[in-house]
Amino acid sequence: MTAIARLSRKPWIWSWFAAFVVWFATILVTGGASTFGLSQAALTFAAFSIIVGIGQMFVITLGPGNIDLSVPATMTLAGTVALKLMDVDNAMIVPGLLVAVVIGIAVGIGNYALIKALRIPPIIATLSMSFIIQSTAIWTNRGLRIKPPSFLADFTTSSTLGIPNVAIIALVISLLAWFLLEKTIYGRWISAIGQSMPAARMAGIPVDGTRFATYVFCAVLASLAGYLLACFSGGAALNMGSEYLLMSIAVVVIGGTAVAGGDSNVPGIWGASLFMFLVVSMLNTYGLGAGIRLVMTGLIIISVILLAGGRQPGTR
Amino acid sequence: MNRRISADALRLAIPALSLTVLLAAVFWLQPRAMSYVGLNLLFNLAVPIALATIAQMLIMSVNDLDLSMGTFVSFVACVTATFLRDAPLVGVLILAGAVAVYSVLGVVIYLRNLPSIVVTLGMSFVWAGLAVLLLPSPGGQAPDWARALMTVKPPLVPMAIVASIAIAIVAHLVVMRSSLGVLIRGVGGNQRSVERAGWSVVATRAAAYGLAGIFAVLAGIALVGLTTSADANIALRYTLLSIAGVILGGGEFIGGRVSPVGAVIGALTLTLAGSFLSFLRISPDWQIGAQGAILIVVLALRLLLRRVEIREKGR
Amino acid sequence: MTGDRRKAVIEVDGAKVSFGAVKALDGVTLSIMPGECVGLVGHNGAGKSTIVSVINGGLTPHQGTVSGDGEVVANYGINAARTRGVRCVFQELSLCPNLSIIENTRIMHRTLGGFGWRKRARQIIEKSLDTVFPNHGIASDKTVGDLSIAERQMVEIAMAFSDAGIAPRLVILDEPTSSLDASLAEQMLDHVRRFVAGGGAVVFISHILHEVLTTASRIVVMKDGRIVAERPAAAFSEHSLVEAMGSVVKGDAHRRRSRDLADAPLALEQSGRGMPFRASRGEIVGLAGLAGHGQTGMLMALHAANSGDWLPRRDPLVTFVAGDRRLNGVFELWSILKNLSIASLDGVASRGVLDAGAEAGRGAEWKRRIEIRTQDMENRILSLSGGNQQKVLFARALSTRAPVVLMDDPMRGVDVGTKQEVYEIVRQEAEAGRTFVWYSTEMEEVCLCDRVYVFREGAVVAELTGEAITEGNILAASFAGTAA
Repeated sequence: MTAIARLSRKPWIWSWFAAFVVWFATILVTGGASTFGLSQAALTFAAFSIIVGIGQMFVITLGPGNIDLSVPATMTLAGTVALKLMDVDNAMIVPGLLVAVVIGIAVGIGNYALIKALRIPPIIATLSMSFIIQSTAIWTNRGLRIKPPSFLADFTTSSTLGIPNVAIIALVISLLAWFLLEKTIYGRWISAIGQSMPAARMAGIPVDGTRFATYVFCAVLASLAGYLLACFSGGAALNMGSEYLLMSIAVVVIGGTAVAGGDSNVPGIWGASLFMFLVVSMLNTYGLGAGIRLVMTGLIIISVILLAGGRQPGTR
Repeated sequence: MNRRISADALRLAIPALSLTVLLAAVFWLQPRAMSYVGLNLLFNLAVPIALATIAQMLIMSVNDLDLSMGTFVSFVACVTATFLRDAPLVGVLILAGAVAVYSVLGVVIYLRNLPSIVVTLGMSFVWAGLAVLLLPSPGGQAPDWARALMTVKPPLVPMAIVASIAIAIVAHLVVMRSSLGVLIRGVGGNQRSVERAGWSVVATRAAAYGLAGIFAVLAGIALVGLTTSADANIALRYTLLSIAGVILGGGEFIGGRVSPVGAVIGALTLTLAGSFLSFLRISPDWQIGAQGAILIVVLALRLLLRRVEIREKGR
Repeated sequence: MTGDRRKAVIEVDGAKVSFGAVKALDGVTLSIMPGECVGLVGHNGAGKSTIVSVINGGLTPHQGTVSGDGEVVANYGINAARTRGVRCVFQELSLCPNLSIIENTRIMHRTLGGFGWRKRARQIIEKSLDTVFPNHGIASDKTVGDLSIAERQMVEIAMAFSDAGIAPRLVILDEPTSSLDASLAEQMLDHVRRFVAGGGAVVFISHILHEVLTTASRIVVMKDGRIVAERPAAAFSEHSLVEAMGSVVKGDAHRRRSRDLADAPLALEQSGRGMPFRASRGEIVGLAGLAGHGQTGMLMALHAANSGDWLPRRDPLVTFVAGDRRLNGVFELWSILKNLSIASLDGVASRGVLDAGAEAGRGAEWKRRIEIRTQDMENRILSLSGGNQQKVLFARALSTRAPVVLMDDPMRGVDVGTKQEVYEIVRQEAEAGRTFVWYSTEMEEVCLCDRVYVFREGAVVAELTGEAITEGNILAASFAGTAA
């Protein structure tokens, strides 16, 4: 009994619970015929929002006002440039990956440089940055759709032991993120900054360095997700990231991370990402359209924030 | 009297200057643009963007941010192209309801102390969903009066310019001259002092959000009037454009420092950035990038100016 | 009223207010008559701001009543106070910095609305500015944020005396001259005298005693939430005022033995306005003076100058104990243990990876050393009492390797027992060679220090050592015009 009580206090449990309910409701209709396929598809598609969501979660953990709007543009640019560089050549997979990571690092540096140099809120800094990145992506792409190297295309669309490879990558990244958050000094620092920047500063935490590292980390994860997504979907498209702007924030909120900062959790990102995909397939199964799905998603986000907001008064 | 130029005037000077420079460059590159038709083409799409920017500015003047602006304008566009044309009364009721929802949001965000970014993020899904329900695929048709209004040809000065000036004047009167506007900006500047004087912060915020809703509705109608048909994704870019426009026009995220005239100029500048590049024969790929670059340059200029100002004050 | 006894504009009777364990007001009775200026003086924590909040309706006393014009007002609040003509100039800026002076006038006066309000507001505020500060040279369409601090304060004062429908009858001035130069201050005081002569009432709080002595008709001295002296101004001198403020001191029970630290190596140095600041190894340096006169700013500057924003310092020179726990002290979402260890994580980690066992061990050690009263260090920090939270913050600072500890009035609102425990720890640590820079608003704590700097108006104005550290000397230095 106490175990259940303790579990119900975990902020991430609700997103898992919701994901499970929706999963169950879906297979109820299909009569269990597509259980495996559904689960696999959910894991595959959730993997991408998990990867970007984790990056966004780190940034949001830094406290009110911290948000990275350049995530979709970064995904697009990394996917485009990497595919162009690899040019369907399996031997270029590693350089392609490196380029994606370098792009992420560069975007992160650019973001924080703008925040610091112009003393503007992160939201406007990452917004201006995203405009520029997006244009760069359009310019490099030129409407061409380059296929990914065959090995990567196979890898991202197939499974190991029944688990989609992209989900395994997302799992590895999640474990890394969990380790960073829970077991390292860096994790303590970002949580401290998110709870109170003045207190963090007075406790001797190097606030700028920590925030800088976090923005770079978020951008690198976004470019990694872009790289994988481009390979998975058979080529980079210019709008491939656009869905992930709101998605990356939504999974963080639904996953039970405190929007006011300082408190984050990795499992919630999984629950929320699975849930977001499963809702789509459930409503599809029930024959409901995209409109209803969007409205429901919105209402869920608002109810989550209404419930969570009531718990901690005094934070903006 | 020996009065120095106030910071507010300076705040307005940078966007006005950047618009002038951009416009001069366009005329220099393409003298034919310096005509009635040319100007109308250059600024046509600026009208809905300017209206959306004013709406965003109202939200920002009470220290909040609206991430649902784009989807809301799209939703309004869909309502305009369907209900407002076929069943005007229902259409008007829907739009009035939407404005009321905005007011309620303003109150809820304040009373429950919620982050406006997340609430409006949630609302953006709701508006997008409703828009898709209304128009699953691009279609609908603009009401004739909206079409007529947007394509009217006033003498001497093209419609886009006349409309922009009118928007700027109306917004200026409401936000900068009226008591309500003072109160709204007062809440953004120092909420406690407004409370101490015995005003209701809840009502003020409801009014600010409601006004924002009205301007956003006008943006949607104007947009459909220009494009003749609607689409659920028609105005998604407006969220980011409207924020950029406010900032470009000298507004700030917190502290109730906003400028309606600046916001309209900001919207015009952003619209012009694209045309400017095409005249330069730089590929339109860079249009969005140019908007970002202008934003950064203007913000950098503003920082520089503030530094100078502080140094002069310290003297 | 036709009776010859005039009724008080506002009368507070037996007001008691307490914040947690601290009694901010302990039964204060104060009536303000029309045509008088009441000077209110007292040291930190005497209860001046609290009684002001009660009078202006911002705070309802837990016991006692507020009456206006001889009748008890049942629901006395901000709006009730305003309609009775009670106005207040606050210590902190209470105007909207983003609005013009005219627009601020509009917000202050609710009844001003309607077409053409700008013109009316301009007339009202310009009239008031012209009356209070002739030749002020402030354009009323300027944005408040663009004004200098002195100009802002002038506008605030003029705003309080302005008349738009409801005439001001009682104006509370809380340190109104703190950023005005001498001639402007004199203009304002002249206006106060005129206003009082015309039948208005004023409550005047200032740390500049001769201002109070020359302006007030009656002076009320507060200490520890009580009124300890109340006499006509003429019956006071600067000297007797200072004496009255310190009259309740309870002997020198905690006299430290004087230590000879003349040869100790220098630990920290800073020069700014006023006298230079230095602190030696093993020394307890006190920062005293009235609250808000630059002590916290000095500590912040010392901390900022000695810590890194981008990379962690290998051997930090300073560590900080917060006074405002909510603002820059505790991390509310965290456990006691995490709150304790945050500043010294490098001691319980290798290559950035935390060792949970070592951290728990460190926590247990400090729990024992400073007796944090909790069953489990994993409990949330907010489950502790204020005093115990403060102990955790102390342990956080002491567990670092930093040789200098900066303390920003950390014992505010802490119970006596905890205070004694902490004093003992500070003494031990100082013996062991740690330097403490201790800003305190409590006289008792300042007297524990080896050397004391007294602050006034943002600068160090006096340095007291050893036997010279007495309440009288500190009060004399904190209040301007008494040293001479």
